[in-house]
Amino acid sequence: MAESPLAQPVARPAPHGGVLAPYRAVLASRIRSQASYRTSFGLDLGSSLLVGLTELAEVAVLFTSVSAIGGFDLAAMLLVFGLADLCFSLADMVVGHCDNLPEYVRTGRLDVFYLRPQPLLLQLVTSDISLRRLARAAVGLVALVVGLVVNDLAWGAGAVGLLAVALVSGTVTFAALFVWAGGLQFFLVNGSEMTNAFVYGGRYAATQPGTVWGRPLVVVFGFFFPMAFTAYLPAATLLGLDTFAGLPDWAGWLAPVAAVWAWVAAGLSWRTGVRHYQGAGG
Amino acid sequence: MLSVRPLSPSVGTPYLRLVVAGFRQQAAYRLAALAGLVANTTFGFLKVALLLATVQAAGGELDGYDVGTMSAYVWLSQGLLGSVNLYGRSEMAERIRTGDVVVDFLRPLDVHAGAVAMEVGRGLFALLPRGVPSVLVGALVVGMTMPTTPGPYLLGAVSVLLGITVSAATAYLVAATGFWLVETRGVALLYMVVAGFLAGLYVPIAIFPAPLFWLASASPFPSMLMYPVDVLSGRVDGLASVGLVAAQVGWLVVVGALGQLMTRRGRHRLEVQGG
Repeated sequence: MAESPLAQPVARPAPHGGVLAPYRAVLASRIRSQASYRTSFGLDLGSSLLVGLTELAEVAVLFTSVSAIGGFDLAAMLLVFGLADLCFSLADMVVGHCDNLPEYVRTGRLDVFYLRPQPLLLQLVTSDISLRRLARAAVGLVALVVGLVVNDLAWGAGAVGLLAVALVSGTVTFAALFVWAGGLQFFLVNGSEMTNAFVYGGRYAATQPGTVWGRPLVVVFGFFFPMAFTAYLPAATLLGLDTFAGLPDWAGWLAPVAAVWAWVAAGLSWRTGVRHYQGAGG
Repeated sequence: MLSVRPLSPSVGTPYLRLVVAGFRQQAAYRLAALAGLVANTTFGFLKVALLLATVQAAGGELDGYDVGTMSAYVWLSQGLLGSVNLYGRSEMAERIRTGDVVVDFLRPLDVHAGAVAMEVGRGLFALLPRGVPSVLVGALVVGMTMPTTPGPYLLGAVSVLLGITVSAATAYLVAATGFWLVETRGVALLYMVVAGFLAGLYVPIAIFPAPLFWLASASPFPSMLMYPVDVLSGRVDGLASVGLVAAQVGWLVVVGALGQLMTRRGRHRLEVQGG
């Protein structure tokens, strides 16, 4: 039998471009593949845009009958919606395919990841990037910009700083939610819809003013899955509107704390999930 | 368990059996059903929070909805969500894409009626693990106004069955575009966006501004969700509720006829790739 090249590990030269090169190569190939089917990509972009617009319409329709909900008028709601949707769409674009984990487990694709000398989560995250989410991010961005213009804001270093902090923390928090859900998928597999409750339910919750919530929702989406900190509380601080649960009016600045908590929970969930995983067999 | 009987010569029986088969197929996925229930109720709590705050902001009454009827709307619609097809994907779309539908055409059954019957069976099953518990959670935790006479429940049951059937027959049309397009993902996505909004999934269509309301009324989508909810909750009663059920029957005839036509035309277009 001929000597297998695998039998003798040889010191391989470092890949061109350093440690990140393999990830960059995979991402570049995913981007090229999406852009090569023009019609399909165009249709995907258009549909994503439509999804974003109907979600905005759902909120706007309510304001044809009332002037304010939970102390938030349409202008304030636009700000909340824009912040939440922009952050969610960006997180969805980068790590949203963690939602495909049950399929990766079933088809054995996840086992392939184990064979490569790279961290599992990093491979999963960089295995794809959904460019069509850009269309939804655009809806969120427009809502946010319009929200910033139509609201009577006291512009200054504080407002700009809070906005930047909110956008970064919000995106990081939503990304944590996807990973959080991913860790649970190792246990659920066929019940994968369960995590939709807090991932997509979380997105929905993030577009609402927390002032409309009863105590259970405040506990679940205000703190445990810290959705209120992604959009509603930063907007309330920015506009000087009511906060919930007796939080101080500067609570919007706590968004990074929420992001850190979300990643602690996501990390725990992911580690537990990976340790539970025994392989798909075959 | 159902005993296996020899196929009776009666025409309707095989379709009824497909309904039963669809029902039993879904019964195998218990964890999936529980997961769906958790997601359904979570969305229900968020929806009810926003909509009740809106009713309160409007002074306790919003386009004919008060707190009790709005809560009934939210929980009945969340309960029906697992049974009506508002997302546009179906097994048939996949069978047409892969060419498996050829086998269906070889059977001595109507392909269209068979596919719809199977979907209706799945939808009816979903009422048990997803529909009824969602409504119970809503009724116990939030509370809602429901009719006190048996009439709305009887007509409501008919309306729910019609709603499930109209949605299955309309989602079939999405799948049938596959005879021409092969890949129907884009059409299904478009269907999902339009159907959810116009069926009154997010906001009851009575709250829509007039042009949007008329647009919704001129489409089959309210027949899938809004009308069954209106009839069952007693928000619309008497002759008007019979009118809604009649509209559902009308739409079923329209989308059913379209499905027959598309299946016949599509059969000639069908090209199975590979060997």
